[in-house]
Amino acid sequence: MSRPQIFPWPLRLLHWLMAVALLGMLFVGVGMVASVEGSQPTLVAWHKSLGVVLLALVCLRLVLRLLLPTPPLPADMPGVQKLAAHASHWLLYALMFAQPLVGWAMQSAAGYPLVLFGQWPLPALLAENAGHYSLLREAHAWLAYTLFATILLHLAAGLYHGLIRRDGVLEAMLGKQRPL
Amino acid sequence: MKHSPLPASSQLLRFGVIGVVVTGLAAGFAWTAGWVGPQRLSAQAFVDRFEENGGVHPGYRRAHAKGLCVSGWFESSGAAAGLSTAEVFQPGRLPVLARLSIGSGSPHTPDIASPVRSLALLIEQSNGEQWRTAMNTPPVLPVGTPEAFFEQVGAMRPDPATGKPDPATMQAFFAKHPESASFLRWAASNQPSSSFATTRYHGIHAFNLIAADGSIQPVRWALQPLAEAEPLQPDGDPNQLQQEFSARLAQQPARWQLLLTLAEPDDPVADSSQAWPAERAQLEAGVVVIERAEAQLGGACQDVNFDPLVLPSGIQASADPILRARSSAYAESFRRRTREGAPQAAAQPEQGAKP
Ligand code: HEM
Repeated sequence: MSRPQIFPWPLRLLHWLMAVALLGMLFVGVGMVASVEGSQPTLVAWHKSLGVVLLALVCLRLVLRLLLPTPPLPADMPGVQKLAAHASHWLLYALMFAQPLVGWAMQSAAGYPLVLFGQWPLPALLAENAGHYSLLREAHAWLAYTLFATILLHLAAGLYHGLIRRDGVLEAMLGKQRPL
Repeated sequence: MKHSPLPASSQLLRFGVIGVVVTGLAAGFAWTAGWVGPQRLSAQAFVDRFEENGGVHPGYRRAHAKGLCVSGWFESSGAAAGLSTAEVFQPGRLPVLARLSIGSGSPHTPDIASPVRSLALLIEQSNGEQWRTAMNTPPVLPVGTPEAFFEQVGAMRPDPATGKPDPATMQAFFAKHPESASFLRWAASNQPSSSFATTRYHGIHAFNLIAADGSIQPVRWALQPLAEAEPLQPDGDPNQLQQEFSARLAQQPARWQLLLTLAEPDDPVADSSQAWPAERAQLEAGVVVIERAEAQLGGACQDVNFDPLVLPSGIQASADPILRARSSAYAESFRRRTREGAPQAAAQPEQGAKP
């Protein structure tokens, strides 16, 4: 099977869309839990709805990732680096699933109704339970910090490939075909 | 595919660029979270200040710590159906889960020692949306901004000698905040009644009712008791109001009329320290009927966060900055107390009335 040099466009589109959205969610998230500004309730409402949309997007993305052909890592990359690359990519997928699921579940455990964009009521994922709420609430914070740290590492690695190794890995996600 | 290797100096520069990008993002994140940078007024600072005043009582709410779980229903008259699409205002009956409480941050305060009484409601609609509202006895707040309110909570810190706020500090605070005049007039004329059931509760903030055609009507709501008020006679029981309420329910349910006061175009809708003119039109939106009470520990209201911004479509928050600050402070209090776990009923014998 021949593998392409660059990621197929649906995966590139989802990658950059979700990169911006996830960073936005992380910044808005830590900002809004401290904020007593007038914008706070609006930010929380958007955070919840956008979070659910991101859960749908990561489902779509995983299916496409498993179905579509993806470029291989450069053959001359050291084994440890390859292992680290694969491990961090699947960690990112795991966190992108867990984070919005935990957010939704913690709303359910606290007994708050969840209405997507103020229009579509969503079902509760869990029964009301204050103990479960507390665990999920702390998990939503710690998973978020882990997600942010992993994104930073991933970003540093991507820039390392693009600026230092210059081995086509960054270009594969930017969509730049290289002359053969 | 190989590039010629970079000279050492430009490789160093590129590593520097990567470092700046990554640490810049991390620093921005820490700044947004408030972990570094200037001290900002935060939900955490509010709850800390409540804890400084009332003490930390693990598992209890950080404000209005002592209360009674009650339940019943709301019988909507339909009088507000033309102003709001919310199901709560269409004619009909919906279940109510509620909580009666006093203003103190300590669960051990005697019922009649607190000047503020509260009734918080959770009304669940058939589509799963909810209307939560936490109402207090004063019709207005002394001040109109979160910053001034934060200062007020600081001024209310109990004097260790008396266990009460220092009157001189409070006076200085009110003098500095002339917008408190309306609140002070209420405080001077308020006669506490003998019962939670004969107390009038106010939503204080303006909320916007949204009609089917999209038109917006700002309102303030209040619960007007339907039973005759009698003056308070202290009987020495620290749970006097809870006992009275439970005993009353054995005879008949407690009932309040839900009154909606309609703002006119120039009324202050974003300042909870300012009253509206007395002649404003009022609607009788329905009757809240409470027929059961139970101790809060183990009761149905214990794990409910009465966040006043949980609203069904058809009701929206106004621009009132204190209303908009409440939600995150409530969330922080809820986070702290659920992390501590529910208090043990046996350890708090003075808590709650017998159901
Ligand atoms: C990928 C998606 C998501 C990301 C990256 C994310 C990130 C965050 C972050 C960083 C925080 C602040 C945590 C803290 O500092 O304590 C937060 C808080 C919060 N998140 Fe999310 N979140 C996501 C999805 C969701 C979803 C789907 C929901 C609900 C449906 C949700 C509801 C909330 C709520 C209500 C808070 C504030 C909790 C409080 O004030 O106690 N989040 N989120």
